[in-house]
Amino acid sequence: MGKYIGKRVIYMFISLFIIATFTFMLMKMLPGSPLASAAKLTVEQREVVYEKYGLNDPVPVQYVRYMGNLLKGDFGVSFQYSSVDVRSLIVEKLKYSALLGAQALIFGTLIGIVLGVIAALKQNSIWDYGSTIIAILGISIPSFVFAVLLQYVFAVWLEILPVGLWESWKSSILPSIALAMGPIAISARFIRTEMIEVLSSDYILLAKAKGANWFEIAFKHAFRNALIPLVTMLGPVAAGLLTGSLVVEQIFAIPGIGEQFVTSINLNDYSVIMGTTMFFAVFLIVIILIVDILYGIIDPRIRLSGGSK
Amino acid sequence: MTNDKDKLPKDSFERIELDSSYGERITKPSLSFWQDAWLRIRKNKAAIISFFILAFIVIMAVVGPFMVDHDPYEVNMSHASLPPKVPGLEKLGVFDGVGKLGSKTLDLYESKSVEEYYWFGTDSLGRDIFSRLWKGTQVSLIIAFVAAVIDGVIGVVYGGISGYYGGRVDDIMQRIVEVLIGIPTLVVVILVIMIMEEPGIISIIIAISITGWIGMSRIVRGQVLKYKNEEFVLAARTLGASDRRIIGKHLLPNLMAIIIINMMFTIPTAIFFEAFLSFIGLGLQAPQASLGTLINDGYKFIQYQPHILLFPAVLISVLMIAFNLIGDGLRDALDPKMKD
Repeated sequence: MGKYIGKRVIYMFISLFIIATFTFMLMKMLPGSPLASAAKLTVEQREVVYEKYGLNDPVPVQYVRYMGNLLKGDFGVSFQYSSVDVRSLIVEKLKYSALLGAQALIFGTLIGIVLGVIAALKQNSIWDYGSTIIAILGISIPSFVFAVLLQYVFAVWLEILPVGLWESWKSSILPSIALAMGPIAISARFIRTEMIEVLSSDYILLAKAKGANWFEIAFKHAFRNALIPLVTMLGPVAAGLLTGSLVVEQIFAIPGIGEQFVTSINLNDYSVIMGTTMFFAVFLIVIILIVDILYGIIDPRIRLSGGSK
Repeated sequence: MTNDKDKLPKDSFERIELDSSYGERITKPSLSFWQDAWLRIRKNKAAIISFFILAFIVIMAVVGPFMVDHDPYEVNMSHASLPPKVPGLEKLGVFDGVGKLGSKTLDLYESKSVEEYYWFGTDSLGRDIFSRLWKGTQVSLIIAFVAAVIDGVIGVVYGGISGYYGGRVDDIMQRIVEVLIGIPTLVVVILVIMIMEEPGIISIIIAISITGWIGMSRIVRGQVLKYKNEEFVLAARTLGASDRRIIGKHLLPNLMAIIIINMMFTIPTAIFFEAFLSFIGLGLQAPQASLGTLINDGYKFIQYQPHILLFPAVLISVLMIAFNLIGDGLRDALDPKMKD
């Protein structure tokens, strides 16, 4: 186990190193400089500013400094908000995004599990078809289409929930539901397949033969075993939630990281874009690492194959 | 019914000699793999219906822009923001060109003295939504198909080489994949788009396929590893078949099913990413039409002209559902062993 974790952590750092290098090269290649808008600066003033931010140093020196700063968690300074550093910007915005993400994850997974279990226990019934349809819709319909639909129906038309902005917890309901569609669909499908497989296994047959009642079989034996592999789902779901949050936060004007990111793209605020990209990368890579390690602990068969499928 | 044997006339029975080859006879014609798959997918109604819907959308994406006289890019400010109006249907009270102007409800075609019909209305710049919608679908489909083909080719070649040659080659190639797979797709797509000077069709295709092939390569590698040690490959090799022949004639046909299934799931992912990028402002830029830019355009006017958003939003949803259902159907039909 220790060797496996060690190997995975090394790969994680190589991945992050590549992303960071790529990001740095990108910053150097992008047209225009952070000071392009400040055209009124005299040559001397510009020199002073360049000196201050270390833009006069040779590129390798800048690269080492950039990497060093990244290690310390310093992502640079935003251009759109004068002298706000990107890290505190992210930290400040994180609470909204984290709340939406957590709500969507918990709500979505619970609903998905319920749908999946019902579908598996009543295979080929109307319940099964209903939950399959919901799963297909959840996987197919892009989150932004769904978010706009929710906003139009519940906020513009029925006027029972706020259209956007962050006023109270009520503002988080619609975006959370929009984000939850992905987790609902993925976990419903997943649990259904797992449950059906577990229900046809030998130990369920044994439990039946020993006279255990239906409820006990379904929940004590089948459900608990079907639940274990659900952990693997967390990686793709986290990636999906993050992707979704960019557009959903934008649509509902939630002042979270996603909305900040899209705004920065439109304003060409490169340091925020790059800082946030690095943050996303670290977040996703760490989640996938945790999931893999967790799964290795839960299911020892995974370790032997070294994590490759 | 009686059991009295004597009442049955003897001559109604005829003695047949047992033919020893009878047990070996094949009563049904033997089916090839693809015929078998066809029999299975034919029973999957959802997949068949989706296939017809998809075929309709693809045909419309080609001919749609030519069905009306309006150019998808032509701006006509005097015809801006018209609601849908279809000849024939207008008498039924739907698609009759009636819309809201401020608080009043009136026939906007009359008040703006527009003679022509815009089947799906016009957007805020007076461009015809019908032709823009199909033009946009065309662009989105092209991006998705090309990205899926590139993913497929790179994935099959990479996974095939890695799996077939094994050993050190495989070791090195798999280490590279393990590093690449750790890099989130979202991050790569955004970084690549930002490097490209001009966001266009090509840069979106590159961004989507730069990591898209990894999934395919892993699946192909796994399959090649499985098949290359089978007896039929050993037999071919013993008979002196070259590597090229073994890969082309023996391994690839066995991999076709899994390659097709995987590509069917790549296409909707690519459609989604294109729309997603355009929606957050990193994809195609106006006046280019794609499902993403159309949705982005429509969203800006959702409060007063919801029809601008409605058509592309419905179309992308239907398209995604159709692709996913066909993918599911193909997976069940081609590879009954493989589960979700």
